[in-house]
Amino acid sequence: MKDFPYSESKDTRSGFGAGLLELGRTNPNVVALCADLVGSLKMGDFIKEFPERFFQVGIAEANMIGIAAGLTIGGKIPFTGTFANFSTGRVYDQIRQSVAYSGKNVKICASHAGLTLGEDGATHQILEDLGMMKMLPHMTVINPCDFNQTKAATIAIADHEGPVYLRFGRPVVPNFTPADQKFEIGKALLLNEGKDVTILATGHLVWKAILAGKLLEEQGIDAEIINIHTIKPLDTEAILASVRKTGCVVTAEEHNYLGGLGESVARVLAQQLPTPQEFVAVQDTFGESGTPEQLMEKYGLNEQSIVDAVKRVMARKA
Amino acid sequence: MNPFNYDADQLLNVAHQVRRDIVRMVHAVNSGHPGGSLGCTEFLVTLYFRQMTHDPKFNMNGVGEDLFFLSNGHISPVWYSVLARAGYFEPKELATFRKLNSRLQGHPATEEGLPGIRIASGSLGQGPSVAIGAAQAKKLNQDDKLVYVLTGDGELEEGQVWEAAMYAAHHKVDNLIWTVDYNGQQIDGPVDAVMSLGNLRAKFEAFGWKVLNCDNGNNFASLVPVLDEAKALTGQGQPICILMNTQMGYGVDFMMGSHKWHGVAPNDAQLEQALVQLKETLNDY
Repeated sequence: MKDFPYSESKDTRSGFGAGLLELGRTNPNVVALCADLVGSLKMGDFIKEFPERFFQVGIAEANMIGIAAGLTIGGKIPFTGTFANFSTGRVYDQIRQSVAYSGKNVKICASHAGLTLGEDGATHQILEDLGMMKMLPHMTVINPCDFNQTKAATIAIADHEGPVYLRFGRPVVPNFTPADQKFEIGKALLLNEGKDVTILATGHLVWKAILAGKLLEEQGIDAEIINIHTIKPLDTEAILASVRKTGCVVTAEEHNYLGGLGESVARVLAQQLPTPQEFVAVQDTFGESGTPEQLMEKYGLNEQSIVDAVKRVMARKA
Repeated sequence: MNPFNYDADQLLNVAHQVRRDIVRMVHAVNSGHPGGSLGCTEFLVTLYFRQMTHDPKFNMNGVGEDLFFLSNGHISPVWYSVLARAGYFEPKELATFRKLNSRLQGHPATEEGLPGIRIASGSLGQGPSVAIGAAQAKKLNQDDKLVYVLTGDGELEEGQVWEAAMYAAHHKVDNLIWTVDYNGQQIDGPVDAVMSLGNLRAKFEAFGWKVLNCDNGNNFASLVPVLDEAKALTGQGQPICILMNTQMGYGVDFMMGSHKWHGVAPNDAQLEQALVQLKETLNDY
């Protein structure tokens, strides 16, 4: 098992803030909007340096999405910022009609996704956003794993013409990916080669998959670990190549098992390479209040859950 | 500068043909929304043949042009006819309205690349927000042209329009003219019966808008001066709202003044009855 050294843990939302600031300096067409959460979204540095390119919308997310769509007419590249819940379900129809169907170059940047929002509870812990966004034609869906990757993804999506949903979160997680990485949309990243099982993880579950890989190694299981930072378009080639080798797969995500990464992978496998699969995901429930660690344990989203899923799926291998 | 700059007689000439196009389009596919389309004919004809600086060669960003957004997308027949008659595409394409593989979707869309359409609409209440964004992009681009948006009056029951109203005043989006088609009708009946809007003028004024009334949006002599006045009031720190009184179904006697023709097409006999009231001025498509 490869080692994944890191010098500090940081929140992915701060990676977004850092990426946005850099975009402000390098791309004059980038503008930002926020619905009364600039602190939570770490947009302060961008606003300070580029006040004329920032639009405070107030607590009016539907209006924010429409304004962002309008700003693209005239060549601007708007980045909207609010919590993932208010970035998706609350404004689904606005995104569907004014952004996705209209093919507008809007970047919907969503923080505090999933259970790791913690104590605020289920009203704010969206676990359905990846599903809603990936069902929209023209939409690209990205869920990076750490600070550096979120920063790189933020910068990369400005150069991608078309609507993007970028999902990140609140807790600090090990910042282990390279600071100088070039983010390629739709390109899965092989983190650790292995032969016994494929673990496909996204977002905060990528680090949990690395921890699980170490636990599995101690038990003599050689896991291949892949970071699926782009849910749509899905890197089917990378997934099929790995699964052909290992013969079984575990998907891991901070999302409902309905509509998430796991279902996207299952569709690919069902059509092209039927393979035993286990899902590390929330089992069609809402979340609740608690610390992020408590919630990830209770809802089965930690390294032990991945280890257990690996054992289940390996037992199903022919 | 408008590419036509038509006088009142020329505008009326176009309006007659647009009304013929509308009733023929919805009749041909036995679906669509003639009522609001007929009621807003003078408004759209005035925008495209007199008021707006625009280029029928069409480019999406529209820098250096006035932009129009139709928020109440169900009145697509009037918009499609006006765009075709202004040269955005051939009038014969109006025959494809609502048919399979057409660029003229039931509600306006960009997906098929129809010139003149900059965003999809139909799900109501979104146009003012989009228009605000386009207006702010103009300011960022140092583009001094204006943005027009049309909504229905029933559409004002959607909450998003009031988010937009609040925002535009707060951010002083003063290169924006929002016209409300104040015909008092919606699908289920008179607006006052379905969900009364109260004192609409006072509402917009309380939100910080400069409000103008158009007594009769189906009369160029009433409409044109109000549009001129609205334009003159831009750039003064306030967004502009026009409450435009119209009659749903105007120009076809049996369709006028009732919500019943909101989304119903005329049958063959009714089409004949309508067309005898509408002079063919620019050749039917």
